[in-house]
Amino acid sequence: MAGKRHLDKRGRPVVAVTGLGVITSLGQGVAANWQALVAGRSGLREIVRFPTEGLRSRVAGCVDFMGVEPYSAFELARRMASGVVDEALGQAGIGAVGAFPGPLFIATPPSELEWPQLTSLLAAAPENDTENVYLRMAEAVRHDRQIDRFAKLADHVRFASLAGHVADEFDTTGQPISVCTACASGVSAIQLGLEAIRRGEAEAALSVGVDATVHPEGLMRFSLLSALSTHNDPPEKASRPFAKDRNGFVVAEGAGAVVLESMDAAEARGARILGIVRGCGERADHYHRTRSKPDGSAIIGAIRNTLMDACTDAAEIDYINAHGTGTPENDKMEYQSLKAVFGEAIDTIPISSNKSMIGHTLIAAGAVEAVFSLMTIISGTLPPTINYDHPDPAIPLDVVANQSRPAKVATVLSNSFGFGGQNVCAVFAAEPA
Amino acid sequence: MNATVVISGIGLLSGLGEGADAHWQKLGQKQAGDDKTSAAAWPVVDEERFAPYPVHLLGPVDFSTQIPKKGDLRQMEPWQRIGTFTAGLALEDAGIAGCLELLDETHLIAAAGSGERDTSTDMKVLETISARDDGEVRANEILPSNLRPTLFLAQLSNLLAGNISIVHKVTGSSRTFMGEEMAGVAAIETATRRIMAGQGKLFLVGGAFNSEREDALLNFELGGMLAQNPFKPIWQRAGTGPAAGFAAASVGAFLVLEERAHAEARGAKIYAEIASIQSDRCNRKDGAAARIAGEQFAVIKDSLGEGPIAILSGASGAEPATSEELGFLEGLDELGHPPVVRAYGTGLGHGVEAHFPLGVALAGLALRNGSFFPPFEQSGVEQEFVGQPENILVTSWGHWRGEALAVVCKAGS
Repeated sequence: MAGKRHLDKRGRPVVAVTGLGVITSLGQGVAANWQALVAGRSGLREIVRFPTEGLRSRVAGCVDFMGVEPYSAFELARRMASGVVDEALGQAGIGAVGAFPGPLFIATPPSELEWPQLTSLLAAAPENDTENVYLRMAEAVRHDRQIDRFAKLADHVRFASLAGHVADEFDTTGQPISVCTACASGVSAIQLGLEAIRRGEAEAALSVGVDATVHPEGLMRFSLLSALSTHNDPPEKASRPFAKDRNGFVVAEGAGAVVLESMDAAEARGARILGIVRGCGERADHYHRTRSKPDGSAIIGAIRNTLMDACTDAAEIDYINAHGTGTPENDKMEYQSLKAVFGEAIDTIPISSNKSMIGHTLIAAGAVEAVFSLMTIISGTLPPTINYDHPDPAIPLDVVANQSRPAKVATVLSNSFGFGGQNVCAVFAAEPA
Repeated sequence: MNATVVISGIGLLSGLGEGADAHWQKLGQKQAGDDKTSAAAWPVVDEERFAPYPVHLLGPVDFSTQIPKKGDLRQMEPWQRIGTFTAGLALEDAGIAGCLELLDETHLIAAAGSGERDTSTDMKVLETISARDDGEVRANEILPSNLRPTLFLAQLSNLLAGNISIVHKVTGSSRTFMGEEMAGVAAIETATRRIMAGQGKLFLVGGAFNSEREDALLNFELGGMLAQNPFKPIWQRAGTGPAAGFAAASVGAFLVLEERAHAEARGAKIYAEIASIQSDRCNRKDGAAARIAGEQFAVIKDSLGEGPIAILSGASGAEPATSEELGFLEGLDELGHPPVVRAYGTGLGHGVEAHFPLGVALAGLALRNGSFFPPFEQSGVEQEFVGQPENILVTSWGHWRGEALAVVCKAGS
């Protein structure tokens, strides 16, 4: 590390953020999103993409303005990933056009064939004795090899293909890495970039999170786990993090991108420093597939590891960008864990959940909320938690209720907790530790 | 100063058996009385069940030996069972199974795709959608009553890692990488680099694949990537036209990777060291993959010493990558390193996300046992290796994308 000028308290290169990009149901771009967010506007609507008759939850945060018709999860994800990276690189002004000087870390949802695609495959399948429908569809593909009309579908089922498209479009270096830690994935992508720069492998990294899976099956799966809000009417009231009458999260689509750079490299090229990634920390739970250990030890451990990695005292945290999904379980566990780490001080640290307005962007959430955490620091405005009409007395947090609040913010803790017990948090700051 | 990375535990599960030693017994030694070497004895390939695709099957496995709770087993489909079982074998082999303090500092990195779909439910939904104008609405009625929440959790990519944490109490951290073969490369590479840089000391890394599922076979057939009957060794598939490709394998491969000082301090056995891993990805046009491999080899060339070089190739059988890789490897002769190549997929099948961890594990086994594997096939591509290998190269050219090269070397050398 000889010759480095900006090192943190543990002697590691300081990692800065020099570009941001975001798309949510509120719109495309950081400016449009931030304006809506601080105004307390909701992007959640009644689902029109597919029939919702008979479904218990009929509200979502769909991204329906990217020109992807008919809807395809893969195509929408690809379009959104491209859009947020383009915006972030435009702001960062790094590298040559179409040539990013660092690796790509991207949080992507699982790839699978969607019902319309399966239907078209089945229509082409031969009528024969093969019992398994998938083997008959495979037969259709084999017979169709000359025409290759199904070859494009291979893109939809390769887990490497979304990352591949982004890597090709922006010419990132090396092998792109696709990461999944469920609802913590977006932060994991940032953590991987942070670690790579700290190791000195790269001076810059591109961290992206994307999710475009508002489809019937996705909705039903979460509904069967009793995870979704059933407050369907009005849709903008569906997501109620930290409120007494919360009863689930709202599925949503979105994407976020951050350009990470060693502070030295960013300064050397005269880039505008938007903020610092002070550190990330994680902890895995071994208790249950969808629930946290009742004593909160894994979440507490993740937050403590984050503060430690960030060389930041709990007392320095000015604001918390909550995971705040709006499920009864998450919000209670998040509060209890924060209380365990921060003690009495938690009563006066303002906290909000972006998910009250944009819903839960799942795989993308950590990246989307990283963008909003940094915007909180830059703008000096705390975005609200809307629909906070009935505070839950069991969660006595300083929730930024319903209206945004001006505040000077130097240090933000952003939480993300995933099904499967993967908990990852980050500290973003105006200044290095 | 970089820390040294060692392999201190190996867990393997395939049609050949359970555990590192079982695999060495089957693959590492010439079978007595079999002058064709062991080649004929071990590929456990079924050509009928998923015809026309040959598939490497798993034998009967008592999963309860590593996953004792019935409730846990019920929450998993075969893919997660294979992985969770194999991860347990690796922890046991490393001597850290059940040691809560060590497990609490163990970082888990899994390479995963996603889990099995319920093909009979899918069939019902598809018939409904196709048959009626209001099929989509009707599908909403069918799906909720047929989708099982537990099956959904069995499909999520990160839930292999989730189950490993639950069953084996690995809680230091948990990450899942996706992207077919590249996921396995990224998992091992990230763990290695983190240990070298002091970003962690103890890692459980690997992947699992279940080949016995029609939904996955369809996915790979979309890209034209599957081998068709009759089954042939990897290097003999080129030239068979559309029948060239990979034969998917049910396989699990996990390694415990550890900072050398950490392993020595707790008296762990050490299989081998991971000296270097390089990875990249190209569009595979105009010899780009071989160019990348050439650059990767140039970086490590000087560390290899003189003489023949033992190579475990992760070639899948998919074309044109397999032929291009073989051409590249044979070209190493001109650089003064006569290649002694083994396509381990011939014996074990193609493990997709698990394939590279499998290759690194086999390299560790060979180095610890002080000899290289006998040829896996008889076409003449795979020559005898004379003497004890000091280093083994492990390659990973993904069936579609991704090129990687690892150098695994004798411990302490």
